[in-house]
Amino acid sequence: MPETYPRQGALDHLRLDARAVDDPGDAGVVMCARRFVGKVNLRGRPTKRFREAAGGALGFAPPVKPNTAAGAGGVSALWLGPDEWLIVTPPGREGEVIEGLRARLGGQHAAVTDVSEGRAVIGLAGPRAREVLMKGCPLDLHPRAFKAGDCAQSTLARALVIVHQTSDAPAYDVYVERSFADYLWRWLEDAATEYGLAVIRG
Amino acid sequence: MSRQVNRRPEGGRIDRDRSLGFTFNGRRYTGFAGDTLASALLANGVMLVGRSFKFHRPRGIFSCGAEEPNAIVQLGAGARTEPNLRATQIELFEGLEAASVNCWPSVEFDAGAVSDWFSRLMPAGFYYKTFMWPARFWPQYEYVIRHAAGLGRAPAEKDPDRYEKFHVHCDVLVAGGGPAGLAAAFAAGRSGARVILADEHSEFGGALLGLGAGIGGKPAIEWVESTVGKLRGMAEVRLLPRSTVFGYYDHNDLGIAERVTDHLGPAAPPGPPRQRLWKVRAKQVVLAAGAHERPLVFADNDRPGVMLASAAQAYVNRYAVRPGERAVVVTNNDSAYQVALDLDDAGVKVAALVDLRPAPEGPLADALRDRGIDVLGGRAVVATSGGRRVDAVEVGRLNDDADRIVGGTRRINCDLVCVSGGWNPAVHLFSQSRGKLRFDAAGACFTPGDSYQAERSAGACNGAFRLADCLAQGLAAGAAAARDAGFRKGRAPAAPKAPEPEAAPLRAVWRIPLPGDRARGAKQFVDLQHDVTAADVALAAREGYAAVEHLKRYTTTGMGTDQGKTSNVNALGILGQVTGTDIAGVGATTFRPPYTPVGYGLLAGRDVDHLFDPARRTPMHAWHESVGAVFEDVGQWKRAWYYPRGAESMRAAVDRECLAVRNSVGIVDASTLGKIDVQGADALELLNRVYTNAWDTLKPGRCRYGLMLGEDGMLFDDGVTSCLGENHYHMTTTTGGAERVLAWLEQWLQTEWPRLKVYLTSVTTHWAVAAIQGPNARRLLAELCDDVDLGAFPFMSWRDGTVAGIPARIFRVSFSGELSYEINVPSSLGVALWQALMTAGARYGITPYGTEAMLVLRAEKGYVVVGHDTDGTVTPQDLGMDWIVSKKKKDFLGKRSFARSDTARPDRKHLVGLLTEDPREVVPEGSQIVEEVRPAPPMPMGGHVTSSYWSAALGRSIAMALLVNGRNRHGETVTISLPDRNVRAAVTKPVFYDPEGEKLRA
Repeated sequence: MPETYPRQGALDHLRLDARAVDDPGDAGVVMCARRFVGKVNLRGRPTKRFREAAGGALGFAPPVKPNTAAGAGGVSALWLGPDEWLIVTPPGREGEVIEGLRARLGGQHAAVTDVSEGRAVIGLAGPRAREVLMKGCPLDLHPRAFKAGDCAQSTLARALVIVHQTSDAPAYDVYVERSFADYLWRWLEDAATEYGLAVIRG
Repeated sequence: MSRQVNRRPEGGRIDRDRSLGFTFNGRRYTGFAGDTLASALLANGVMLVGRSFKFHRPRGIFSCGAEEPNAIVQLGAGARTEPNLRATQIELFEGLEAASVNCWPSVEFDAGAVSDWFSRLMPAGFYYKTFMWPARFWPQYEYVIRHAAGLGRAPAEKDPDRYEKFHVHCDVLVAGGGPAGLAAAFAAGRSGARVILADEHSEFGGALLGLGAGIGGKPAIEWVESTVGKLRGMAEVRLLPRSTVFGYYDHNDLGIAERVTDHLGPAAPPGPPRQRLWKVRAKQVVLAAGAHERPLVFADNDRPGVMLASAAQAYVNRYAVRPGERAVVVTNNDSAYQVALDLDDAGVKVAALVDLRPAPEGPLADALRDRGIDVLGGRAVVATSGGRRVDAVEVGRLNDDADRIVGGTRRINCDLVCVSGGWNPAVHLFSQSRGKLRFDAAGACFTPGDSYQAERSAGACNGAFRLADCLAQGLAAGAAAARDAGFRKGRAPAAPKAPEPEAAPLRAVWRIPLPGDRARGAKQFVDLQHDVTAADVALAAREGYAAVEHLKRYTTTGMGTDQGKTSNVNALGILGQVTGTDIAGVGATTFRPPYTPVGYGLLAGRDVDHLFDPARRTPMHAWHESVGAVFEDVGQWKRAWYYPRGAESMRAAVDRECLAVRNSVGIVDASTLGKIDVQGADALELLNRVYTNAWDTLKPGRCRYGLMLGEDGMLFDDGVTSCLGENHYHMTTTTGGAERVLAWLEQWLQTEWPRLKVYLTSVTTHWAVAAIQGPNARRLLAELCDDVDLGAFPFMSWRDGTVAGIPARIFRVSFSGELSYEINVPSSLGVALWQALMTAGARYGITPYGTEAMLVLRAEKGYVVVGHDTDGTVTPQDLGMDWIVSKKKKDFLGKRSFARSDTARPDRKHLVGLLTEDPREVVPEGSQIVEEVRPAPPMPMGGHVTSSYWSAALGRSIAMALLVNGRNRHGETVTISLPDRNVRAAVTKPVFYDPEGEKLRA
């Protein structure tokens, strides 16, 4: 990406940086916009050959257990379906991941698609983060049912999302279609109000 | 302010240190914390609380809970006012204001009460019989009926309160926190299961709060407190007081309405919501909803002062209120005996206990007799007297068949009549869950039969009316539910002892006969809220409405806000009697959610204001806002509609935008177009199957327009698909069709064509799209792009390149008929691209244009918009687009339907152009074309206008229409019928601008 033009995140118009605090204090909910996270949609039947090829490119094999994530070296793979994963990379690394996957998966029935710009990621943490999700998400998010490393596609309020629990604290990354990001952020903010909300930098 | 004349000097679960002032019908009273509005009114000597729905008869507090038919009040004023609340369930708070509903000008003097004098003229089905004809009078009838109908007033202002929702899952949901529910929650909770215990009252304990019963040798309330304490100590048990389980839906999905701060009134803190809707998915459900006492049906049984026996008991015990001074208890079963004893203990004079059963015996009867209370066996209260309150009952002797009163009647003075006709298990939730009810002859009540979902009933709602049975069933059900939810340790703890005397069977008498001298006239009420009498039920049966569902609708019994909790079973019993069927054969009506009314605010939750529906934003949205664009909704998208300059009108702005495109260059945000990445060895095969045209010849770097049809051969979506490389395509869809098309293709791939090797990925929002259109588009692009040979970049092709330093995918396609480039860049760079184009385009007067200009431009070219010019009944041939339907392909979706005679006939409605005789006339879209003008409808119709605009480029109006046989009628003049006049227009080809397409390919 050229440096000459400023890239705009899906939530930049909300000027969250101006509201960001360094120490969330005793806020029940802490939110941030994770800008420019790389995202790659990976399709393919999880045969041994496919998993070896993808694993060779990623450094780990995409998980086959439904609704779980795996990862290494800052890259993770979220199981979305029996033949579909979302590969998540640090900002700017999606290109090399795409090239690596395409190179190793050549000749197989697979698809590697850059969807980095199509989804926004909202970080949601804090002691009351689970309650905020419970207000709009029909998944069972109880620690017995949904733990760090689990992910699932669902609805949150009126948006389709992928929820990825990143820590037992709890902390979540919520992936939402870019065009819905403004709605979802404002919905989350509204839902978090009663618990006290702090915005931090992504 | 009046004194609490009926408050007992001590006792009750009220806090006498916290006095609360409240207003009822404009008068000030005081009660105590722990009171309900009903108990506080009774403490103040207020029994008359409302007027009945139809006859406006005076009505008093009848129950102490959810079943209340009479004490229906309007709570609060202004924006927070809430109609149809039960005074028996409203917790008292300081400053509470309530008023009776359904009376004017006041509850003491109600003008509507004249309807009682004419009540002989208002039998069941009165409205159906009276207001049916003549039909043209209906508007007048409706006005009168609407004025007379309804209880309470909806607030006129916006609800200022906040309502929230929670989705929650659990192993065991226990509905009801009485003895059975507490026991069930305890047994389930100790297994480690995730348990939710919800109860509609402010505190747990259910009926035990109003009984003097004992458990394990101690007062029952101690057992309640200790059990609640244990439950609080269990980490995975969630206790929800003030929470009504109101709905039981499929797959053990239940709704709970929690009243979080309602009981605090104006003192509610600002943070938490007023109410919270819990949407619960439970592995197992234990229903412990208790039972409602059943009234007895006798003449004038609706007078204020007639009350359910158990309610009177709860008022004296739980609320320390004497609901009367001198009581007559009338019963057909044992439970009311303890009521008589408790009333006597509370200082209410019990004038007599009247038992329908011939020879009352046993320790309770002895206890009453020991206290000098008359126990009158084999008798019934046959009628009451009094004005705004009962002042006496008449007691008569029942014959053996209970269908006649033998001998004379005896008058007993009293101001309180406590009635018990047995108990109805609260099977509402069980029935909602689709469980089958069965009739229990011994209890003369419906009890849960076969379960349909993963639930079990325990306690009184299961027909177990003895405390020891409630406890044992609760423990067993809780343990079994936990076990079935996967918690193996769920063994039921031993039930504590709760001694009670052996109960004698009840005597079911659905309708107490009138004394022989009064066969007509006196009303024996079945449904107090809807004023349905035993005679109405009999009349309905005589008139052929003998099926329960007919009976309900004809008489409206059970259709009030109380949903017939005290009336339904009596109505069924009487219907059975009248029709000579037993009640089991009559059956019960369907129970539907909600158990008690829930407010719309609760159901809406936070789906209000800006959160009502998502507003989808394109990457350039903020830019459009910053220049004052007016937006329109396209599905959930907000799209720039037009960009007014200063005070410019919409018409002027759109004209200016259109002319800029035709004469120089315009720019439009096309980011919302659906985009699907298609990859795989069979990608081409998929395209051939879903589009009407052939795709084999499409080479990398080229684009092709395609139509998708449904199986019915009708237009479904359209768009341009480009070949990115071998086995790799970029498909575009309409804005509104993006999700629909992806789901449609996935459905075919997953269900019908699983062998096709194709993967589809939505990339709609990965790309921001700025389309530059107009004769200067190439010059503009050339200034920002030096790595694409624009001279060798023909129409319907695409190139990868760099625009203003941004990596871009440029498609040379057009929806305006002008030279056009759709420039796709990663979404985060959409604004950067847009601004670069605006800056570089300034010298060409680049003009941002919105969706309205886009529609005008395409209409000038005769391009259709799927869903605008088509409506699901239009084939490609109807649009004159045969050229895009392959004759060679063996098959594609929709092809087979072209052979249907109706699809193949030549005189279907065809797309045509219309030019009005008056070029300034822009007819509204949707206008009807009539084949023959008559003075008034109906007229033979020929079709309708699908698109209609002012064309600035042509200096006149243009329109498109679907017209019968239109393709063969070019040159004809047709008439468009508007509400106030007719407009004549010439039929033309649907292309108005640059018909040869020279500009497009320039």
